[in-house]
Amino acid sequence: MRVKGISASAGYAEGPLFDLDKTVVSYVGKETADDEKAALETAIAIAAGRLTVLIEMAVGDAADILEFQIAMLGDNALSSPAFAAIRTGLPADKAWRQALDAEIAGYDASDQDYFRARAADIRDIRDQVLRALSEDGDVPAPAGAILYGEDIAPTRFLETDWTSGGGIALKAGSTASHVAMLARSRGVPMVVGLGSSPAHPAGIALLDAEHGGIVLSPSKAEIDAFRQSSSSFSARRDRAGTFLARPAVTKAGTMVRVQVNIADPSDVDGIDIATCDGVGLMRTEFLFGKTLPDEETQYRAYRKVLEWAGDKPVTIRTVDAGGDKPVPGFTVAEGNPFLGLRGIRLSLARPEVFRVQIRALLRAAVHGSLKVMFPMIAIVEEYRQAAAMFAEEQAVLATRGIVHKMPPLGIMVEVPSVAIVPEAFTDAAFFSIGSNDLTQYVMAAARDNAAVAHLNSVRHPAVLRLIAAVTAFGQRENIPISLCGDASGDPASIPSLLEIGLRDLSVAPAQLAMAKAAIADISV
Amino acid sequence: MSVSAEATVVITHEVGLHARPSVKFTKLAKTFAAEVEIALAANGPWFDAKSIVKVMAAKAPKGTVLHIRASGDGANDAVDALVELVRRDFDEGADHVRTA
Repeated sequence: MRVKGISASAGYAEGPLFDLDKTVVSYVGKETADDEKAALETAIAIAAGRLTVLIEMAVGDAADILEFQIAMLGDNALSSPAFAAIRTGLPADKAWRQALDAEIAGYDASDQDYFRARAADIRDIRDQVLRALSEDGDVPAPAGAILYGEDIAPTRFLETDWTSGGGIALKAGSTASHVAMLARSRGVPMVVGLGSSPAHPAGIALLDAEHGGIVLSPSKAEIDAFRQSSSSFSARRDRAGTFLARPAVTKAGTMVRVQVNIADPSDVDGIDIATCDGVGLMRTEFLFGKTLPDEETQYRAYRKVLEWAGDKPVTIRTVDAGGDKPVPGFTVAEGNPFLGLRGIRLSLARPEVFRVQIRALLRAAVHGSLKVMFPMIAIVEEYRQAAAMFAEEQAVLATRGIVHKMPPLGIMVEVPSVAIVPEAFTDAAFFSIGSNDLTQYVMAAARDNAAVAHLNSVRHPAVLRLIAAVTAFGQRENIPISLCGDASGDPASIPSLLEIGLRDLSVAPAQLAMAKAAIADISV
Repeated sequence: MSVSAEATVVITHEVGLHARPSVKFTKLAKTFAAEVEIALAANGPWFDAKSIVKVMAAKAPKGTVLHIRASGDGANDAVDALVELVRRDFDEGADHVRTA
């Protein structure tokens, strides 16, 4: 059975599944309250001891996370409500869970991302002590296993021995989590968002964290194909490593600009700006995860990336919610969301939300070389309306004496109406081809539907012809044109893209080296 | 507590009195014998400055005016040292933003 997800850290892993959610905590109650108290004290000491061992081997971010957890665990203020509950007759495990859940609720309720994110750390602390309390103790994952479950705690990642391979497969999870960051830096393959996969599978699985997916109970043929992809990936990665630090040039000496696609400002922490030509696509949906973000939160996020990029361009896409990316309190439930109120359509329908983003972008623009683009443009009036709102907000900031700058405003070319009649959009400062959506709309094949995946190919002549026409139009009219879909980072598609004239690609950071290596192989 | 030293300082650290700054803050507070407390307003509520759980629970973002007070042995030194730490941005660059 094959399940699609999102790659959080590229690579391949083949091995037995280790069920993260099955670590049953079976606590056996004690005779007296004093014994309960002693059991909890011992469990806290065991958990603290484990963290102390882990911190010895940790550096950087991992060490910071552990140091914070050790400090929290060593603070009586954390455990005293639990001990008070034990005195009233509660068993140690219930008392601890109740006390920590109250603490977690406090963090979850914060309106600031930084504090809200700490809830995951407190959950981790809670579970470590619960595991130490249970008779089963803490079951370590066998070497080379694929850790599978809803989500994974940072300490679980750090405790696991990754030297003989293995990987992580999560039904929920995020590419921006602590663990995803750690996995990328250690080269551990990781896939998130495997939402539709079964709850407690067992046996051997094949984790494809290059394309984002997992095969459960694989057949002989699937295993053979997987091993081939896996060894070809290793070979490509080894070879590609040498290309990362160099500019992208084809065999014929043609220069190609390679930028990166990012989703969370912290994505840039792991990228050396010298290895890319800027940010070709910064998504902003992540900011709209739980609640609508305020102007300050957005401004800080945009500014961070602009300052990181220095004088290299950063193209930020205004919020592209809707479709397969619902945002509570913003998007609407629709029967056919890919063809509904998404992207710029939603932003124009909710101007009070859109204007907050516009002001944050105008203010951030002074900190670097910002470009802004609108997603899902279908008719030129949408572009004009959005651009007019930028001008209005600029005037507001000017009256208030707030420092700001008007960035060049461009459009995503992803609705066929734009690709077919690009001459209607010459007002736009630049075009960025969103090949994922363009392909699904041209082929009428949803990106998230495995049953029509064979139709969803950017290399279908109909899609390529449209991309070629838009590229030729842009070159003729001197409108800068780039492509930021998955095709940009796919070594199999890059030759076609360069042949039809594209010289500006934007890829996932993990694909940077491979994309440059693929470009070096092409005689265009 | 009978206060013998008190001061205020503005938090300039990008993410406020967050995980890493809080670890440093409480570690430093614990080096003093004096009782030390913090608050986000002059009239409290006051939090134990030696407890990371309490300091984190104060949820002080960037721009907060932090009130620090102490009593007992070395109260003045404790307040001075903690004010200095906040002023020095917890010895991290002003632009150090930790998002995860």
